[in-house]
Amino acid sequence: MSLVIGIPRETVAGEKRVATVPEVAEKLIKLGFKVAVESGAGEGANCSDDMYRAAGAEIIVGAPKLWAESDIVFKVAVPTSDEVGLLREGGILIGFIWPAQNPELMQQLAAKKATVLAIDALPRQLSRAQKMDALTSQAGVAGYRAVIEAANAFGRFFNGQITAAGKVPPAKVFIAGAGVAGLAAIGTAAGLGAIVRANDTRAEVADQVKSLGGEFVKVDYEEEGGGGGGYAKVMSEGFQQAQREMYAKQAREVDIIITTALIPGKPAPRLITAEMVQSMKPGSVIVDMAAERGGNCELTEAGKAVVKHGVTIVGYTDLNSRLAKQSSTLYGTNLFRLTEELCKSKDGTINVNMEDDAIRGLTVIKDGEITWPAPPLKLPAPAAKPAAKPVAAPAAKGHGAGGEPMSVGSLAMVFGIGALLFLLIGAYAPAAFLGHFTVFVLACFVGYMVVWNVTPALHTPLMSVTNAISSIIAIGALVQIALPLGLLGSFTDRPDGWIRWLAVVAIALTAVNMFGGFAVTRRMLSMFRK
Amino acid sequence: MSESLVIVSYIGATILFILSLGGLSNPESSRRGNLYGMIGMTIAVLATVFGPRVSSAGITWIIAAMVVGGSVGLYAARKVQMTQMPELVALMHSLVGLAACLVGFANYIDPMASLKLSHAEKLIHEIEVYVGILIGAVTFSGSLIAFGKLSGKIGGKPMLLPGRHWLNLTGLLLVIAFGYQFIHAESISSGMIGLTVMTVIALLFGIHMVMAIGGADMPVVVSMLNSYSGWAAAATGFMLNNDLLIVTGALVGSSGAILSYIMCRAMNRNFISVIAGGFGSGGAPAKKSGGDEQPAGEVIAISAVETAELLKDAKNVIIVPGYGMAVAQAQHSVYEITQLLREKGVNVRFGIHPVAGRMPGHMNVLLAEAKVPYDIVMEMDEINEDFPDTDVAIVIGANDIVNPAAQEEPGSPIAGMPVLEVWKAKTSIMMKRSMATGYAGVENPLFYKENNRMLFGDAKKMLEEVFVALKT
Repeated sequence: MSLVIGIPRETVAGEKRVATVPEVAEKLIKLGFKVAVESGAGEGANCSDDMYRAAGAEIIVGAPKLWAESDIVFKVAVPTSDEVGLLREGGILIGFIWPAQNPELMQQLAAKKATVLAIDALPRQLSRAQKMDALTSQAGVAGYRAVIEAANAFGRFFNGQITAAGKVPPAKVFIAGAGVAGLAAIGTAAGLGAIVRANDTRAEVADQVKSLGGEFVKVDYEEEGGGGGGYAKVMSEGFQQAQREMYAKQAREVDIIITTALIPGKPAPRLITAEMVQSMKPGSVIVDMAAERGGNCELTEAGKAVVKHGVTIVGYTDLNSRLAKQSSTLYGTNLFRLTEELCKSKDGTINVNMEDDAIRGLTVIKDGEITWPAPPLKLPAPAAKPAAKPVAAPAAKGHGAGGEPMSVGSLAMVFGIGALLFLLIGAYAPAAFLGHFTVFVLACFVGYMVVWNVTPALHTPLMSVTNAISSIIAIGALVQIALPLGLLGSFTDRPDGWIRWLAVVAIALTAVNMFGGFAVTRRMLSMFRK
Repeated sequence: MSESLVIVSYIGATILFILSLGGLSNPESSRRGNLYGMIGMTIAVLATVFGPRVSSAGITWIIAAMVVGGSVGLYAARKVQMTQMPELVALMHSLVGLAACLVGFANYIDPMASLKLSHAEKLIHEIEVYVGILIGAVTFSGSLIAFGKLSGKIGGKPMLLPGRHWLNLTGLLLVIAFGYQFIHAESISSGMIGLTVMTVIALLFGIHMVMAIGGADMPVVVSMLNSYSGWAAAATGFMLNNDLLIVTGALVGSSGAILSYIMCRAMNRNFISVIAGGFGSGGAPAKKSGGDEQPAGEVIAISAVETAELLKDAKNVIIVPGYGMAVAQAQHSVYEITQLLREKGVNVRFGIHPVAGRMPGHMNVLLAEAKVPYDIVMEMDEINEDFPDTDVAIVIGANDIVNPAAQEEPGSPIAGMPVLEVWKAKTSIMMKRSMATGYAGVENPLFYKENNRMLFGDAKKMLEEVFVALKT
């Protein structure tokens, strides 16, 4: 039985996006689902009811009927309590939830015995999750739009031109925060021909800034600002002081500032003070993309564009709705990718597989039980990446015969010889020997498997550590040095002195390896650093 | 401690040893891996000492021997320079080999060892003793010679006796003949004759084998001896009926075998031909086949200052170090230049050929010692495709591993050997003392390529000059 995916009309004022567009609805239907769309849902995003109908979706008039008939509801904006009231008992809801900020909403949804997948709770570190990452896709659109808004409010060209009437200098744009939105803004502004500078507390994004045509402006202070999961963290006082000085300098020089700085779960950091705004040239523009969370600029008014000290400060909080078709298409595609993950069988049913890291992270309520927050992912440290490449990989590329699988003939011969040897051993060797032989053969295989995983960079330490380990031969000498009398029994002709001296020398020799080998390995390994 | 407790401790030690090797899969986990190894070794030794097979009378002896050996080991570990690592490793292999011999002899003269054994078991036991001592002796003498060659006490040139393959074969037949005599010996003293003769032959065989191998094949020899020391430990384990020794020996043995295989593949040679000695199968110096056609073109030499100019304008630089860097102790100068260039925004990386240096991973250790971060040190397969996008490739004291003849001249003795394709960079700079050929005795057409420059002189001195020029 195929489930019905319902697309309600967004009810929040100013929200023009829709959770799926006709092109994506068609793909959902191909996965085996039925799609029901509330009449007028796509209007804001230039998708008429007829277009949805043409794609194979059913149009339903009125929200209550749509919610009642849908097994799964795709939403964009955080659902209102009215909407939660409409959700079917035990229904499935997918959309932005922000569970940390909306605890009451979570309670209401849980009371409905719903299963809720919060697209904002996606574990973004998983590379597999990128195709579902709606935060990224929406931030990218917003970053683009921010530049367009800035260009709209700015009285000059972005690119420098040499006209018959004279030379026009290019606009200078400064972008604070090089996250997804910031990077999109850098690319867009650079594409329009402006001189783009950008800053971020995370030094590792400098290369990305450069690759998009921007110039990375460093804060003159040493501190690393990565806070996990690709977000920034709150910085120290000394850093903030240095950062303020840098911003003040940029404010005096540039024409346009776009701020994108957000820290998860905290009010937006104040980067641009009133004095800095005052110091800007008249006609300059600030686009504050963090307006909804208090703004990066002191003078921002959320939802409005205001002119203060001759500077236009744009604080729109609906940048995505201002590019509704694009935002909706990308968002709809993100949800479609998620649906694909949920419906591996392609038969119009879904399976919320809590073993799957990505799905586990998304699922904030499962059958009325709050499962948020998900346990942290165990990801390998990024540092390990270059080194973790298995040695076997180059082997596969093959220079000469090394990488190719053996031909059937020689394989058969190897197996034949092996079988013959085993047969001989089995026929003549006593059982006690075979026990040890089993251990020996298995250990060879374990060694083979383990050593192939050693990175070539560590081959010298590997040799010195195996050296240290082979001093285990000391055990052989230890048991010879002095047998307890009970075991010695009546052997009076045992050449004790000889054996003892041989054993003592052997122990001394192996002790050199035992201590020296581990110590030198340790010394070497401590030198390997990033 | 009861026998069962000892066995359980041995199992624990075995697991720790496996984890120890497993930890080496990346530099992050490797330090913990080494710690596992130490814990495992401590457990194994303590369990044995306090186990039922050792009486308290022996403890003084054990402690004395441990203190003497341990302090020598720790001293060596602290003092050794990273360029000397191959020598140290070879020396340690020889100690394992010698210890295996001694344990074997002690075991043979101990009447306790063969007590209560049935006839077939006694036969197997004697074969185990014989083979254990054989492997131990070959490892011991072979490693000593390898040590001599690596430290320069013995010349690096292969010593090729006439009819050496026949010598080896005769040795093998003698070993088998005396082995027959040994297992049929009536008393221990008559068995000793066969055992001693065999040991002498094995020692001579080890010397002969390594003497015949040239300097650049040393990575194979060192890893092969590593493997042998493992098999010696495993054979001792069979002799003493001790599974811990068998497992550990097998781990070490297979580790060494894999390293030998990797090294051989990196030289496009098969294991037998390396062990048989010399270069190529003919045994004659291979100079002729590569040198009959003098590569066309001119050798263009440049100065350190010009090198610095080239580096200043470069965006992508790849440095290919070889044994020459280790000889000149130039790794610290290399790092200074690397750091300076990186500060200027130049993307500097290192390309490491698997057989660069005198033992597997030798270059990585040297660069790590000089504080070069390991994430810019790449394996050959990781970096070879990037040469066309590279502005300057600097080769420091390497030759055969960057020889284009391996790819371009099917008749060359090193044809088919994987090499670092430095000639595909916009400019390549060879730092070398002279125009001499490398170990393989093959002319290097790279010298004559249009985009290649030669920087003659001692690597360390030249790099220091480049560094000074870069700074200004």
